[in-house]
Amino acid sequence: MSERVHLAVVGAGPAGLAGALAAASRGVRVTLVDAGDRAGGQFYRQPAPALNARRPQALHHQWRTWRRLADGLARHTEAGYLTHLTGHHVWCVQRESDSLAVHALLGPEQEEGVTVHADAVLLATGGYERVLPFPGWTLPGVVTAGGAQAMLKGGLVLPGRTVVVAGTGPLLLPVATGLAAAGARVAALVESASPAALLRRAPGLAAQPGKLAEGVWYAGLLARHRVPVLARHTVVAAHGTDRLTAVTVAALDRTGRIRPGTARRIPCDTLAVGHGMLPHTDLAETLGCALAGTAVRVDAEQRTDVPGVWAAGEATGVGGAALALAEGHIAGRSAAARMRGTVPDPPAWAAADRARTRHRAFSTALDTVYAPPAGWAERIPDDTVVCRCEEVTAGEVRTAARTLGATDLRSAKLLTRAGMGWCQGRMCAPAVAGLTGCPLTAARRPFARPVPLGVLAGLPDAPDGPKAPGAPEDRAADDSSPAQQ
Amino acid sequence: MVGAACALYAARAGLDVRVVDRGPVAGGTTGAGEGNLLVSDKEPGPELELALLSARLWERLADGPGAAAEYEPKGGLVVARTPAALAALTEFAAGQRAAGVLAEPVSAAELPDLEPHLAADLAGGVHYPQDAQVMPALAAAHLLRACGARLHTGRTVTGVIRGPDGTVRGVRTDRGDLSAPAVVNAAGTWGGDLAALAGVRLPVLPRRGFVLVTEPLPRLVRHKVYAADYVADVASDSAALRTSPVVEGTAAGPVLIGASRERVGFDRSLSLPAVRALAAGAIGLFPFLERVRALRTYAGFRPYLPDHLPAIGPDPRAPGLFHACGHEGAGIGLATGTGRLIAQALTGGTPELDLTPFRPERFDADGGDTP
Amino acid sequence: MNPLELTRARPGRPFTVTLDGRPVEALPGQTVAATLWAAGVPAWRTTRGTGRPRGVFCGIGVCFDCLVTVNGRANQRACLVPVHPGDAIRTQEGTGPAGGTVQGDE
Repeated sequence: MSERVHLAVVGAGPAGLAGALAAASRGVRVTLVDAGDRAGGQFYRQPAPALNARRPQALHHQWRTWRRLADGLARHTEAGYLTHLTGHHVWCVQRESDSLAVHALLGPEQEEGVTVHADAVLLATGGYERVLPFPGWTLPGVVTAGGAQAMLKGGLVLPGRTVVVAGTGPLLLPVATGLAAAGARVAALVESASPAALLRRAPGLAAQPGKLAEGVWYAGLLARHRVPVLARHTVVAAHGTDRLTAVTVAALDRTGRIRPGTARRIPCDTLAVGHGMLPHTDLAETLGCALAGTAVRVDAEQRTDVPGVWAAGEATGVGGAALALAEGHIAGRSAAARMRGTVPDPPAWAAADRARTRHRAFSTALDTVYAPPAGWAERIPDDTVVCRCEEVTAGEVRTAARTLGATDLRSAKLLTRAGMGWCQGRMCAPAVAGLTGCPLTAARRPFARPVPLGVLAGLPDAPDGPKAPGAPEDRAADDSSPAQQ
Repeated sequence: MVGAACALYAARAGLDVRVVDRGPVAGGTTGAGEGNLLVSDKEPGPELELALLSARLWERLADGPGAAAEYEPKGGLVVARTPAALAALTEFAAGQRAAGVLAEPVSAAELPDLEPHLAADLAGGVHYPQDAQVMPALAAAHLLRACGARLHTGRTVTGVIRGPDGTVRGVRTDRGDLSAPAVVNAAGTWGGDLAALAGVRLPVLPRRGFVLVTEPLPRLVRHKVYAADYVADVASDSAALRTSPVVEGTAAGPVLIGASRERVGFDRSLSLPAVRALAAGAIGLFPFLERVRALRTYAGFRPYLPDHLPAIGPDPRAPGLFHACGHEGAGIGLATGTGRLIAQALTGGTPELDLTPFRPERFDADGGDTP
Repeated sequence: MNPLELTRARPGRPFTVTLDGRPVEALPGQTVAATLWAAGVPAWRTTRGTGRPRGVFCGIGVCFDCLVTVNGRANQRACLVPVHPGDAIRTQEGTGPAGGTVQGDE
């Protein structure tokens, strides 16, 4: 039996893994709670073991970093200081009298609930892709760039034979090269930003020789796979009746408007599209953590303003895996010190701090380069669906804004149903914000995932109170938890 | 919602109407409501009379703004678990029938005809065909649109302007004054604050409620279905959490589950005990819900006055000030009747219901007896 | 080149599942979505409003576009749910079969 304090880390991507390892090596008992069947998150998503891939690194970067994380995870698990709960989809974290309760749903079906109690939590919930609507974006064959990559890395499948990769952001490069390496014909990489803008941001980039080298490396890969790159271009429409058959792309002028007469059609069966990432902030918001825009606000130690709650990685602002690793490491060290009642010593993590500063500066520079092209919202035709779940069109949102006063996300949701469906507005919020002219802010979603009513009805009785034998909590019970004594 | 209805009927009475709200349309309790238009939960008395008037008016709006607001006269079904509860419910319904409510007893054997998926162990119930539903935010927005009143959203009332003789002459806002010979306080849960700006007391308190919204489903729940103990909870004075399940399907697909009641101030944070009780209660009525997923939950704050009746009508303490707030959980349903009564009072007519039980000054220490 | 070759995968023995009654070959470890993609099927749901076809969009369980009925249970996310031998996958129309929800009631 251990007397160690207990940290629950939500999310086993780069930030969560770095945080879990940093805390576990410093005398904290860690429960790593993650939705995936395997650690890695989206960036280091691993193929299903039954596929028996002997060379998964062929689809990955920074494999050595992943090996180091995976080895650390195995070591601490072996030593009994770290428990990795796979297939745990966390839907809510709640403060109880002297602990935090992490409520999760089990397995892919998510029909059974479990609750893990801990003294503190690190939210490393990652992010998801932003896609701005255009005609035809709901056709089968149109997928998010990250989705195509996730299916490739995890399931070793391709979305189709001929792929156009489009949108904006640094994710498009690995998606295009990864799909090409795996055998897809990448008919074009369509990026709305321009290389010139990237160079104008040289101060941010110059501090990142590694990133420049990575860029050069991708350029080499694109050339090797003969992927045509259309910079400062955008997809204006996807075509097809029941599935995608082609896309129309057009060139953008310096101000981001479409240059007349430049439209051309590219036949394809897949469009992998993305316009950057958004943080998952639901758990933090429900805990009462302050947000800054669409991200969780943290201090220099990655602490939120709610005692006992740390956050790291994309949840605190999208910046990529390297930044997530640095933030997770700092969060884990801060949590380890503070949970044991000592004062952290930031100079001890100076290297991670420097990396964090550098990567944040870099991601700020990228954000300005990879901003969606001007006028994207006005270009969405009235008959284009923007809320994929409830099938609400751009025209309906515009009409509600104009005639009913739906000039913020909540009013637009109430008056058009945009954002009321299965995804709870995660997919449509950027577009609805653009159409109504309001800023994109994080929504309030007390349930981070759909929860069966039977699970809600069967929630444990009193916080920290005695539990009936066989109660769902016991499945993840760890009898050394201070909260359960 | 109440403000929108007041605006509609006042405009129809020929008045020039301005609507001021510090937030967006339906930004307060309306946006968190289920849209219940109920006569079934009201005992004979002034509130039931107001509910019956309101139900008739909602029906008349059904072809216009009501249609846009998904008005659906689906009817209510109140069920009892035990023979004793059924006896009490049947007696309650008999009283309502005498007051003009359509209330049809339903035997246990007939329940599946009305609701095929109800739990099998119920003793019986009463069917209320007059119960209906609207989508509240749409209702408020479309009533406002239909009435043509000028809308000042995002504008906060910071004061009530009164003349030397105490007469109300308009409101002060953060973006300039609005002059008007009459001001209607339809600030809902915040109606007490607005009354205070005019120097009068109106003890409106928030009573928090959570609603659970499920995944979209085929139409498995046809009526608004609730257990007979709901009526007791509504009338309760307890500050503690009380939940009685109210389950209904919607035109859009999701099933809505209410209704918890607790007095905890304006605390919007998630209460798992409240949603747990809602979920358990709903499964008790409709066992299939056990595996159905809740997509979201949200809290709203019902405007609650100590005697559970709203404040409707002129305020003798501040001539020119009219109140239309404090409807607790029935504001959507009672909005039309309230709007009609306010319009009649504003135009100097005789309101078609006696406003005495709704007098805003009734909570003063002297009962408002002295002018 | 294909992804299995690229990563030198040696998957276990393929098995059969059905999509709307037609046999589809599946590999152990793959999700329903990966299985259908590998079979060249891009869509397995129609929307409840306009009846339009949908398949995978986000691929990571966030968008719920890939909802599918598996073994009678509606609204499963194809991108998360692994396939098992003999699974009966059905194209889901709208909210899917009520029978998936109302078991034993009808």
